[in-house]
Amino acid sequence: MSGWDVEKIRKDFPVLSRDVNGKPLVYLDNAASSQVPQSVIDRTSKYLAEEHSNIHRGVHYLSQHATTAYEAAREKVKRFINAPDVKECIFVRGCTEGINLIAHSYGRKFIGEGDEIMVSQMEHHSNIIPWQMVAEERGAKIRMIPIDQHGQLVIDEYENMLNERTKMVAVAHVSNSLGSVNPIKEMVATAHKFGVPVCVDAAQSVPHFPVDVQDLDADFFVFSGHKMFAPTGSGIVYGKREWLDQMPPYQTGGGMIRTVSFEKTTFAPIPEKFEAGTPAIAAGIGLGAAIDYLNAIDFEAGAKYEHDLLEYATGRLSDIPGVTIVGTAAEKASVLSFTIEGIHPHDIGTILDQDGIAVRAGHHCAQPVMKFFEVPATARASFAFYNTREEVDKLADSVQKVIEVFA
Amino acid sequence: MSDLNELYQETILDHNKNPRNFREIEDADGTADGNNPLCGDALRVYVGLEGDTVKDVAFKGSGCAISKASASMMTQVVKGKSKEEAEMLFNEFHSMVTGGLDVESEENHLGKLKIFAGVLEFPARVKCASLSWHTLHAALHGEEVVSTE
Repeated sequence: MSGWDVEKIRKDFPVLSRDVNGKPLVYLDNAASSQVPQSVIDRTSKYLAEEHSNIHRGVHYLSQHATTAYEAAREKVKRFINAPDVKECIFVRGCTEGINLIAHSYGRKFIGEGDEIMVSQMEHHSNIIPWQMVAEERGAKIRMIPIDQHGQLVIDEYENMLNERTKMVAVAHVSNSLGSVNPIKEMVATAHKFGVPVCVDAAQSVPHFPVDVQDLDADFFVFSGHKMFAPTGSGIVYGKREWLDQMPPYQTGGGMIRTVSFEKTTFAPIPEKFEAGTPAIAAGIGLGAAIDYLNAIDFEAGAKYEHDLLEYATGRLSDIPGVTIVGTAAEKASVLSFTIEGIHPHDIGTILDQDGIAVRAGHHCAQPVMKFFEVPATARASFAFYNTREEVDKLADSVQKVIEVFA
Repeated sequence: MSDLNELYQETILDHNKNPRNFREIEDADGTADGNNPLCGDALRVYVGLEGDTVKDVAFKGSGCAISKASASMMTQVVKGKSKEEAEMLFNEFHSMVTGGLDVESEENHLGKLKIFAGVLEFPARVKCASLSWHTLHAALHGEEVVSTE
């Protein structure tokens, strides 16, 4: 693969050189959590070893230093997603917390009796349940944007469902269970004709291709650090200021106030309004370092390499009799969900693990998707730009072995 | 590979393919649903009693090879036993797969069910093996739903 030296990239990720069950690790569970490069480990360790203090509080040296490092990470996030204003980037602990923040805060202000929230059929549970909770509280209704047999959103249906009662469209950028890439830019443009904001679950897109929130014109854009080569505990809510300014705080406490008395509390402006309590400082700085890493490599070349790898893997597995690929959208990223006739995905996962191959087996927190495709679960291989064709070959060999064991 | 062979033995593969007592019991004296939300295993266990004896026991549902084979072999072993014996087997099986009973050195009544001792090496699969037993336990105690979460 010209332009992408995967062996060099692999050396940046220490865990990739270890053995599992006596075999070299083949890590194909990147959609669950990606691995961490040495530069991110080093930056996080350095913070903990030399720079740790609470932020936004102290006048002392370390506190100011930690604050500067943390805010520098926020600035990196802004540039990474091309947000107009760094203040529109809110640190959270992960994508799930981020969607809960938006659902509850936006819902309290803008969703009322009889309103509608549109959620797609391919959503991860974390982009369904927060909206269900809000709908229940506010007397609103959830409406489902359907998918077709390939695992693509039925866009005509979506356009027909939008109406003056619609108050939010919540949709994944990339499906975690199917890999489908949704036409977010077009969906946002359509929603905006009705004055409806769109909340994009970007957990599965940001690690796989460059994004631009201004180009997408997304109102909310949420993702986790740990799926994009940073440690767990960091995540981002990007929101347009016009919404965030009007929304009430989600959690309250220290660090998010202007003045407090027992009669009345006034809140700090964004982003602090949404950042009550001491954040995961090391994880936030780690996220900044992960973005530095993506900027230092040729992320676009990596994305292209990874996409070719996904196509190669799709071909290899499709060629094995008895294997069915679940999710065959025209536009896909990273995720290859599959089933083997007569063999439960958990048995597949266990046998693959014996060969050192890490895949996910289960419903992938997307039970409506499993129900649609009438499977209890799937096995899911998910790729990153550090995976190789040799690893895909090992996966295919091991899948063949599973079939032999159960023959 | 020795661990893998220990888990996916011929007997388990056979019971997975041809599960025994894989049917409903009409007018069952006890039924219970078992769910493992993590993997989507779902089965229903039916018990027919005559006095204190488990006269008939059967199951329906879907799941992985381990959970299906375990359910299948459970029905074979429990049929004809007293409720008390079934309960003892439940306790012994549970101890075995969670590491509380060494079936080679400690006294037990598990017989051919000892084949499932291997799942101890696969912590993620312990619940698969024990789901049917928890569901039987519930059916015998008049509970309707169990979850291994």
